[in-house]
Amino acid sequence: MAETDGGIIPAGEVVLSMRGISKNFGAVSALTGIDLDVHAGEVVALVGDNGAGKSTLVKILAGVFQPTAGSISFRGNPVTLADPSAALALGIATVFQDLALCENLDVVANIFLGRERGPFRLDEISMEVRAWTLLNELSARIPSVRDSVASLSGGQRQTVAIARSLLLEPKLILLDEPTAALGVAQTAEVLNLIERVRDRGLGVVMVSHNMEDVRAVSDRIVVLRLGRNNGIFPPDASNTELVSAITGAENNSVSRRAIRQRAKQETAGEKRV
Amino acid sequence: MSTDTNERIKGKTPLDRSDERVRHENSFGGTIRAFFERVRSGDLGSLPVIVGLVIIWTVFGFLNPLFLSSNNLVNLLFDCSTTGVIALGVVCVLMVGEIDLSVGSISGFASAMLGTLWVGQGWPVAMAIAAAIVVGGLFGALYALLYNRLGMPSFVSSLAGLLAILGMQLYVLGSTGSINLPYGSAMVNFGQLLVMPRWASYLFAAIPGIVWLVIGMQAIRRRREANLSVASTGSVILRAAALVAGLEFVAFYMNQTRGIPWMFGLFVCLAIGMNYALTRTKWGRSMTAVGGNREAARRAGINVRFIYSTAFVLCGMFAATGGVLAASRLATASQQAGTGDVNLNAIAAAVIGGTSLFGGRGSAFSALLGIIVIQSIANGLTMLNLSSSLRYMITGAVLALAVIVDSLARQSRASHGRA
Repeated sequence: MAETDGGIIPAGEVVLSMRGISKNFGAVSALTGIDLDVHAGEVVALVGDNGAGKSTLVKILAGVFQPTAGSISFRGNPVTLADPSAALALGIATVFQDLALCENLDVVANIFLGRERGPFRLDEISMEVRAWTLLNELSARIPSVRDSVASLSGGQRQTVAIARSLLLEPKLILLDEPTAALGVAQTAEVLNLIERVRDRGLGVVMVSHNMEDVRAVSDRIVVLRLGRNNGIFPPDASNTELVSAITGAENNSVSRRAIRQRAKQETAGEKRV
Repeated sequence: MSTDTNERIKGKTPLDRSDERVRHENSFGGTIRAFFERVRSGDLGSLPVIVGLVIIWTVFGFLNPLFLSSNNLVNLLFDCSTTGVIALGVVCVLMVGEIDLSVGSISGFASAMLGTLWVGQGWPVAMAIAAAIVVGGLFGALYALLYNRLGMPSFVSSLAGLLAILGMQLYVLGSTGSINLPYGSAMVNFGQLLVMPRWASYLFAAIPGIVWLVIGMQAIRRRREANLSVASTGSVILRAAALVAGLEFVAFYMNQTRGIPWMFGLFVCLAIGMNYALTRTKWGRSMTAVGGNREAARRAGINVRFIYSTAFVLCGMFAATGGVLAASRLATASQQAGTGDVNLNAIAAAVIGGTSLFGGRGSAFSALLGIIVIQSIANGLTMLNLSSSLRYMITGAVLALAVIVDSLARQSRASHGRA
């Protein structure tokens, strides 16, 4: 199992560095001693089974949760992410898995939520133009930005959430399951977008269950298991390697299923003979 | 010619009309079609309360023709203004999905403060009013503190406040139980007599329509410059004209006898100001967001605690202002001020007008429309010489009806994919 950086030398300076991050919810240790580095211009994929602590880690970076122990430094300076606005101010933008959109507001209001133009006289027109520009960059299929988010489909909401995260020109962008609810074309668009964001020199952290998407865009794959670091892999690592790191053993339900399938095929073959 | 054809001739599609799957209504007829479409899907807006008002006025006008007399309607406007201002505050807390059950007690305490400070202690009237409003805001700040720091539901804290503040009101008024405000003072005249001169009422009635027209035309020009779709000029002009005509007719009818009360003018100004704040400022956007999805608002970097605080403080201040107005209307600060149905009328007005009890949906004008409905019922039943027992029952039934309409509309909105 690869314990180092998998032999990959990352591109730019270290944008984000986490050391010994732990998070307890009462008696449950969601994260224990997590180390994570993200460099400028690289995509780091966070993978792991359900309950591995991926979303918790993202929420700590977004300032939603505070870590129980450990230190975070951002662009070389130690920081505390006391609340979401602190993370935003530093330049950490987040697209949450549960999207965090206000269904009763329209698309423009959601994209600009918390950073409206013209605090005492909202500049609706310039906000609407900017919203369309962002959405068109994402090749989004949104019927009307003046409809409330309640009327949008899951994929459209995802697009709105991603467009919102890009509004502030962040240094680091966190994507929690960005492609989970998207169609084929939209997934490709989002992956293209992630690459475009990376090429602009931003750090990207992406949580995903979809190994195909992870391999397609990531520069490093960081595996979490039961709230601990469980190896860092290059994107061309074999599936067996990744699966065993994710599930924690060579002998796991995935490999057992593969063996069973193979055995079934063999017996079927024998019968036919 | 519709704008759609115009743009095709110029060969550029507006930025927001590039998705050809979506049907857009640009022409004037389209605007009306879109309206019916919206109503059918459950986005009723203030339609139910306007329909309700027409029914109520028709029934009462039929039972007692004096109900629709100009003089009685002027009276109605005087009565609306006091509780209406309180309802504006209720709209604030309902917008963020909270409630203040003590608005009646706060208004009563404010009138008691006005009485003791102004008449009893001899303060200048302006200072007494300011003090009452500040204290109202402090009550709101206390609820906000309990809510933000201790997680105490506003339902409970304001229920406790209802009793405690009523106690303070009784204590301040002492053994006499009531303080009469001097007749002939500007304060009492404002609450009972002062109406706009004819020319002023016609002028004020024209302003909203003109402002609507100017803003609408400005928006059309700026949107066209920004390459966005625009509303049809005809519909903007027609709406502005309808607004001017409607309000001028109201002014004309009221001017048949006494005219439009200044106090009602103040109430409408406050409602317009609140509407602007709720729909056109960052603060208002944050209020709606917090009411709709508190966690999403927090993650967007909105200071949620601050938003709750402003909602509670504003509610307390509006309640106190309403109390001061009520004292000037009755020319007395008594132990009865703010008790009885004031509390629930204010909350019911906001809800009947279309502000959701669950947060995130509402408008300042719902207080205006709602209080006119409630006062019409109260006034009409009083004119029919019906007892207050019946009045309570009927008001309760109307409130229940309003909430039922709201629930049904919400279900319909959900199934039609609207918020």
